[in-house]
Order: sequence, then C-alpha cells, then structure tokens
Amino acid sequence: MNRRAQTLLALLALALLVLPAFASNYVMSVATLILFFAFTGQAWNVMMGFAGQLSLGHSLYVGVGAYTAAGLFFHYGLGPWAGLWLAILLCVLLGAAIGFLAFRFGISGVYFALLTIAFAEFTRIGFDHIDWLGGPGGLFIKVAQRDQIDLLNFRGPPAMYYYAMLALAAGALALCAWLLRSRAGYYWQAIREDEEAAQALGINTFRWKMLAVILSAAMTAVSGVFFAFYYNNLFPEQIFHISRSIEIILGPIIGGIGTLFGPILGAAVLTLLADGITELMSAFGIEIPGVKQVFYGIVLLVVIMFLPNGIWPTLARRLGIARQR
Amino acid sequence: MKRRQFNQALAAAGIAAGLAPFGIVRAQSQKLKVGVLLPRSGVQALIGQSCQKGADLAPAVIRQVLGVDIELMNADTESNADTARTRAERLIQEGAHVLVGAFDSGHTAAIAQVAEQRGIPHIINVAAAPQITEQGYKFVFRNFPTAIDLTRNGLALMGEIFRTTNTVPRSAVFMHVNDTFGQAMAKGVGAMLPHLDFLPFKVLDTIAYDPAAKDLTVEVSKAKATNADFLMLVCRLNDAIILRREMAKQRWNPMGIISPGSPGLYEEQYTKALGPLAEYAICNTVWFNPKSEMTKTVGAAFRQQNPKDMLDFHGTNVGYTFDAIMIAADAFRRARTTDPKALADAIRQTDIPVSRRMSLGGPIRFNPKGQVEGNLSAAIQNLKGRPTVTLPAEYAEAKVVFPSPGYKKT
Amino acid sequence: MPLDLVTNVLIAGVLTGLVYGLMALGLSVIFGVVRVVNFAHGEMMTIAMYAAVLLFAQWQLDPFLAILPVAAVFFVLGYLLQVWMINPFITRPEYSQFMLLVAVAIIMVNALLMVFGPSARNVQVEYQLESFALGPILFDKARVYSGAAAVAVSALLFAFFKFSRSGKAIRACADNYLGAKVVGLDVKHLYGLTFGLGSACVAVAGCLMVLLVDVTPLLGPGYTLLAFVIVIVGGLGSMGGALLGGVLIGVSEAMAGLFITPSAKSMVSFALLILVLLFRPQGLLGRRT
Repeated sequence: MNRRAQTLLALLALALLVLPAFASNYVMSVATLILFFAFTGQAWNVMMGFAGQLSLGHSLYVGVGAYTAAGLFFHYGLGPWAGLWLAILLCVLLGAAIGFLAFRFGISGVYFALLTIAFAEFTRIGFDHIDWLGGPGGLFIKVAQRDQIDLLNFRGPPAMYYYAMLALAAGALALCAWLLRSRAGYYWQAIREDEEAAQALGINTFRWKMLAVILSAAMTAVSGVFFAFYYNNLFPEQIFHISRSIEIILGPIIGGIGTLFGPILGAAVLTLLADGITELMSAFGIEIPGVKQVFYGIVLLVVIMFLPNGIWPTLARRLGIARQR
Repeated sequence: MKRRQFNQALAAAGIAAGLAPFGIVRAQSQKLKVGVLLPRSGVQALIGQSCQKGADLAPAVIRQVLGVDIELMNADTESNADTARTRAERLIQEGAHVLVGAFDSGHTAAIAQVAEQRGIPHIINVAAAPQITEQGYKFVFRNFPTAIDLTRNGLALMGEIFRTTNTVPRSAVFMHVNDTFGQAMAKGVGAMLPHLDFLPFKVLDTIAYDPAAKDLTVEVSKAKATNADFLMLVCRLNDAIILRREMAKQRWNPMGIISPGSPGLYEEQYTKALGPLAEYAICNTVWFNPKSEMTKTVGAAFRQQNPKDMLDFHGTNVGYTFDAIMIAADAFRRARTTDPKALADAIRQTDIPVSRRMSLGGPIRFNPKGQVEGNLSAAIQNLKGRPTVTLPAEYAEAKVVFPSPGYKKT
Repeated sequence: MPLDLVTNVLIAGVLTGLVYGLMALGLSVIFGVVRVVNFAHGEMMTIAMYAAVLLFAQWQLDPFLAILPVAAVFFVLGYLLQVWMINPFITRPEYSQFMLLVAVAIIMVNALLMVFGPSARNVQVEYQLESFALGPILFDKARVYSGAAAVAVSALLFAFFKFSRSGKAIRACADNYLGAKVVGLDVKHLYGLTFGLGSACVAVAGCLMVLLVDVTPLLGPGYTLLAFVIVIVGGLGSMGGALLGGVLIGVSEAMAGLFITPSAKSMVSFALLILVLLFRPQGLLGRRT
C-alpha cells in the first residue's frame, strides 16, 4: 500500500467515523445497509475471491446465524453476545459439513455452486416446518424501546447499529488484509488459479479450502446475528431465499472479486445505485413498477460486460493506488 | 459506448445517487404529507398495486368530505424488507408526517420500528400478524383485524352459513397454504375449532401446501380421498386457481369451498381464469361495507379513475388503504397541526363513525395497544361472476347458496 | 393408503415430470455444449408462456399450435443472445457468466411486470379441465397431451443430434472444443445454434406449461431452480438424463406429498439433488468429464 492509498484510506475512515454527526437518519440507514452488505460480501469473498469456491447459497449462514441468536433471545432471554458464539459454531459446523462432503467427493465449479443452493433451499423449507422458531409465521423478537444504548442486549439508537456494522466491516477488512499476506492467502491464490498445480506443489488443497469455507461461514453468521437484532423479525421465506444470496454476492462481483476493497465498493455502488435510480424515477415522475429493476439489471449487465474484473481494479489504477492483486 | 464514456456516465450516476440522500427538507406547509409504502413490484406486486388504487383516490375524496388537504408521497417497497425500511426513512426525511402501509407483515414490522424510533405515526392498512401491535409501540396504529380476530370472525360466519341454509356438514378437509399468513390462520383454526359447539363437523385431515407450488395434484388427491363433506381452505390467489382446476380434473365436487378468511377466492383473476368453476366459492373475510355512505363516494371516485376495473375486486384493498389515510386526515383536522406527537395523540382519540369508513366494521376506535377491535368479516360468495356479500344479513346483497348446486351426495 | 390414490398421483407425477423434463432439456443441451449455465432459463420460459397466452388471446390459437411460431422465434432470439452477448463470456470464470445471466433474468422479470402487470394470465381450452377415466384411475387430458408432446420434441431433438450434419458437428464441438476449431468448424455459429435449440426447447415447454399453470412475471426464478434440480439429478449435459430427471422429480415430489407432507415436498427434491451430487456428481445418466 503506497502513501496515497494510506491517505485515502485514512480519510475514508475518518469520514465514516464522523458521518453520524452530520447525516440524516435516512443516510444512516442506507449507510448501515451498505456496511452490512460490505461485511457480508467480504465474508463471501473469502470463499470465492480468495479460494475460488463459488457459493450461491450464503443466505444459509445468514439465516442460521440470525435464527440461532434470535431463537435464544426469544425463548431464554439470552442476549446476542451469547447467541453469537452458538451461531458461529453452528454455521462453522454447517460449512464444514458442506465443505467436507463437497471436497471429499470431488465436487467443484458449477456443481459446487448448485450444491450450496441446494443446501440453502433445503434449509429454507426445513425452517418452514420448525414451529419452535415460528415456522413460516415468522419469529418476532421484542423491540424494547430504548433511547440509551444497551450493549448487553444490543438495543439502541441507529448510530449504535451503524458503528457496530462499521466496526465489523473494518475488522473484516483488516482480517482479510492479513489473510491475503499470510501463508493461507498465497495457498488460496494458488488453489484458485490452478488447483491441480497447487496440489502437485504439495499444498493440502482440502485443508485450505476447508479453512476458507469455515472462515466465510463464521463471518456470515455474525452478519446474520446483526440482521436479527437490527430487524427484529425473521421469516424463512425472506432470509433464506436465493435472492438474498444473490444480493450478497453482487457487491463483490461488481466491486472486484478477490480484492480487498471490491466488496466494500460494490456494496456502496449497488446500494446507492438502487436508491439513486428510485430518486431519479420519482424526480421524473415515473411510477411504473418494475422500471427501476430493469435499469438496475441493465447497469449490472453493462458493468459485467465491460469491466469483467469489477470496478475496483480500474478505479484503483485511476486513483494512482498501486494495484492490489 | 467506449470504456471512458462509460466510466464517466457511471461517475455521473454515482454523483446523482450520492447527492440524492442530502435533499433539503422542504418548508412546512399546510398540507398533511402522507407517506404511502406498498409493494408495487416484486412478488406482492398484485396486491400492492390494488391497494395503491385506494391511496390514489384518497386526496380528492378527503378534500371533498373533510375539507382537509393531504399530499401523498408514494414509495415502492419492492416486496423487500430492506427497501421498506430505507424507503420509510427516506419518506420521513422528505417530510412525511404520517406513514401508511405496507401489506406484508414483515415489511410492516420493519416500517413500524422506524416510525416508532422517529416518533412518526404509522397507520397500518393491511397486515394480520398479531405481534405487530404487541410491542408496546406508541406511534403504530392498525385498523385491520389480527389473524386471530380474522379466524374468529370467519368461523362464526361459517356457523351462520350452516344455520341459514339448514345444512349440517359432518366432516371437512382443511387445506392451507404454508406461508406467514396461512400458518397464522391455521393455528387459529386449530385452536378455536374444537371449542366451537356451533361447528360440529370433524376435520378429517389438515393438508399444508407450499405457497410456491405449481402443481397441487397430490394435495387434491389426498383431500378427495378423505371423502369430506366440504373443503375448508386458506389460500392465496394462484394456488387457489390451480387447486380449483385440479378439483375439476379429478371430478371432486364437495358441498362447497369455504374459507375462514383469506384472499384468493373472491379475486378478479380467480373468476376470470375459472369462469363457471369459480361460482359458489365462499370466503369469510374482511370486506368493504356495501351499504356505507363512504363506499358510494369512494366507489364513484374509483370508477372514474379506473374505468376498466370493478370495485368489487379491489374493494377490500382500496377500502382499508383509504381508511388508513382517512384516519390520518381526520386526526390532522382535529389536531390542526402536522406535529407528529400531536397527530399521534389525535389518532389515539379517533372515533370515525360507520358511515365515514369504507371497510366493514364498527366505528374506528383504537385500544391502548393501537389496535381497532370491531372490524368485521363478511361471507363473500361468487355469484354470477361477482363477489357478493351474503352474510351478515344486515349487509347482505344476496342469499348464500350452500351446498353448491353441483354437489351430489356420495 | 388406497391403491387407486397412489396410482393417480403416480401417473400425474410422471406426466408433469415429462413437461418439466422438456424444460430442463433446454438447459442441459446448452450446458452440455456451450458449458454455460443458463440462470435465466425459467424467465425465458415465462416469456414463452406469455407468447402463447397472447397468441391465444389474439387468434384463439391453441397452445399446441402456438408451439411452432413461438419455438421458431425463440430459436432466433436464442441464437442472437448467444452470438452477441454470451459468446464473449464462454472463456470467463463461472461467477462472471452467472452475473451476466442473473442480470438478464432481472431485466426479463421486470420488463414483463412493466408490460403485463402483476396479474396472472391464462388460456382456456375445452380439454383443459377434462380427464380420461379408466375405472377409478383418472388421466388428466392436458397432462397426457403435454407429456406426449414433450416426449415427441425430445425425440426430434435427439434425432437431430444423432443424425444431422449440424448435430454431429455440435457434438464434436462439445467433445473437443480445440479439435473442432482445428478441423475448421465454425464454433461460434454452432454454439449459437445450440443455444437456439435450447431456447426452442424451453419455448415448447412454455407453450405446454400454460395449460397447467397461469403465468405471472414472477414465475421465472422458481422454474430456473427446478430446472437445475432436474438436470443435476439426470446429468448436466445428458439429454435422456433431463427427461429421466424430470420424471424422477415429478414422481418423488408426488410421493413425498402423499406419504410425508405436501408443504415439504420440494425439500425432498433438494435432498435428492444433494444425494446425487455427492454419490454420482455427473448425474444419473451423465458421463464423467
């Protein structure tokens, strides 16, 4: 990272830290959403961007994480800090099981992607039949009205959620930066580029791929717990749905897969794009349902056609920041 | 487009998008600004757009009836909870004094949290999950029955149907869609039915089916095999159509189809798609009051704005959405201010007489939880291609037909 | 469980499965040759369903007769889509192809919503609500005809690949991309042809499907997922596998609905999918690559 990059990063961090002092509630909610997708996208990126394992079923971990923490809170009054660990544990076990099965049976590429969809869908319908967690009727956790911050139960004003998400996103960024420079990062890169060659070099590809899946699952579980306590109601139909998985992975792909800042940039671009189109539509008085999504789709199409590596690599070059992997 | 041009375009879009959130809040006006949040695209687009019709005609009608000026601020939740939440924030920032919406219980719960946090009143038009008004909210109001009330009303009307037609079905098969709404209704039915002496029939089987099902052969085969006297059904629209067709194909003609309260059977598409097969299905559900003054006024405005649509098919959605806006306007008239706290207090004092509301029920009054309790259901039967109120007797437009004429005792 | 109930359900499962199989066949053909997973497959079928509905509304054209024009148009559109848009992506990583087709799918769904609105459309033909009776066993007419048509179209497609020159050339492409180029085959054209054929398949499936379900803009994603399940079970890239997979999924869902609980029946399909992926990842009739 060169001087210029460091300065820019410091400025961005500063801007994000002081944002709540200036921004309206609407901007805060959009910013929180961006950080949520940035963090979750970063988690997905560990698996796909770093280690080359395409998961199209990440909503599975968001959902299981969210339901675990919310279920404990709902039934036993256990706060999210206890639930968080169980959520992570469950998701790690789940990820490990899927990874183990897939990698032991030699499933890769498209087949692996479809396997992840299958597990997510299987779980979605499964949760529709768990009465203990509300089934399709949804799980509503008590929204205690508190103006002061109650960290123990993760209740408080929007700024608290914003800072929590900011801390998570920053933590994920730091973790990923460290991972990329560690041995794991180099092994993953080798596996992603050519798995057979990596194996020939004596890399235990199974072990390193498992590590990627487990890390990714654990991080996504955390975002699930956040989701549960931010929204306070969960429905299998919404949280496990494949469209959720797609939402998660659009950011990193648009931003720049395998890069550190790609997921963050992608989340910001897509969320602002969606809200920007809505604003433009209403400014022009267009109220035909569906127009917005068509524009959104066209932008996705154009980006993927003309910037196959995502926006970040190009942007980084423009900004004069040494290109990061 | 060259890459450079594209990048510039992208940057321009980025700037537009980036600036938009900082739009300056407009100066306070004498109008009440009502933010209307509905799912006009995405999976719930059909009902969202139907509800929107009720919102669209509200300003003119309310000016005429109450002499109050309101301005609508429409937002599409896109059938997505994230969007519902950020759109609610956006409307509040843009200066909405009251929020109305949003059909889906999950999205409504997300909006309610924002409204409560910001201290902006939120009047729910349609959403049946009981939990929403059990959170101790001060700014959230609902003029729509909870799933529990809906079921209770629906089962009571079922007894009424049997009494007026002098029929005594001995058995039923209960089919319900396994989604948020269907499950809440099924739970209610399961809990109440055994204690209702006036409904002496036995439920032979309960069949829950996938809301996304595109084929209901097995479900109908199973139901037919029970040989039950009638079908008790909690459905949505598309599954109801598939189900009715499948019944015809399998030549199953029970005494009738009665819903204890759900959409589907009385909707336009059901009648359009099924023609004569749609006849005689009965749905005991929330409805609009065919005899109220307000229905006549709103109905006239509706026909003017939607010359191609029939009010009967949109009446419930239009009625409940219109009434939600009416509640806001009425509170504004009494409070004489757009201050949200004063508006919320005024809403709590709401007492709108039956003649001033379009939806079917008693006077609109909120209990301490912010819930209206006196909302009624009606037994709606498809007669000659038109959903017709057959019960309660005081609102009836025709006599209920049960069993349906095609029924042959086996 | 009474035997006639089981038989009825079984027959319906087989017949519906055949139509599903035809839909999945398009996906399978495309993947087998072009090696691109069409994530907009269900959305394409939805468009075909709208086409059939429009033809019926305008000229009372029976959906079985609508097959020809709709399939022809889809063939051309599929060809162009491949040559113009997808071809540059065949050497790109899978996530890139996935993104492209997801974007196409988003545009398709919402363009349909803009044009046709959210309410369902359908066709009404006489035989739609009728059934043949054989004692206590009922055969739903629409399903019988659709199933037969699905088998016929699949047979035609099979014959094309087996006997025609272009069909053989396409198979050569699929077996050895480099070799085909060396021999001088116009691979881009052949890929276009394949995508066109896959699209035509899905168009036929769409015309048959309007007899069984009403079409709404949001039907697409569900069918895309269903098509995946079927081709993976049958064997991605295998033609016979797609039909077998369709029937297998149709029957297993029917049986799960009968013996477990109907609301969980698609869970059984996904379980089947997971098992097949683990123990026979090439699918039941697929070849290992």
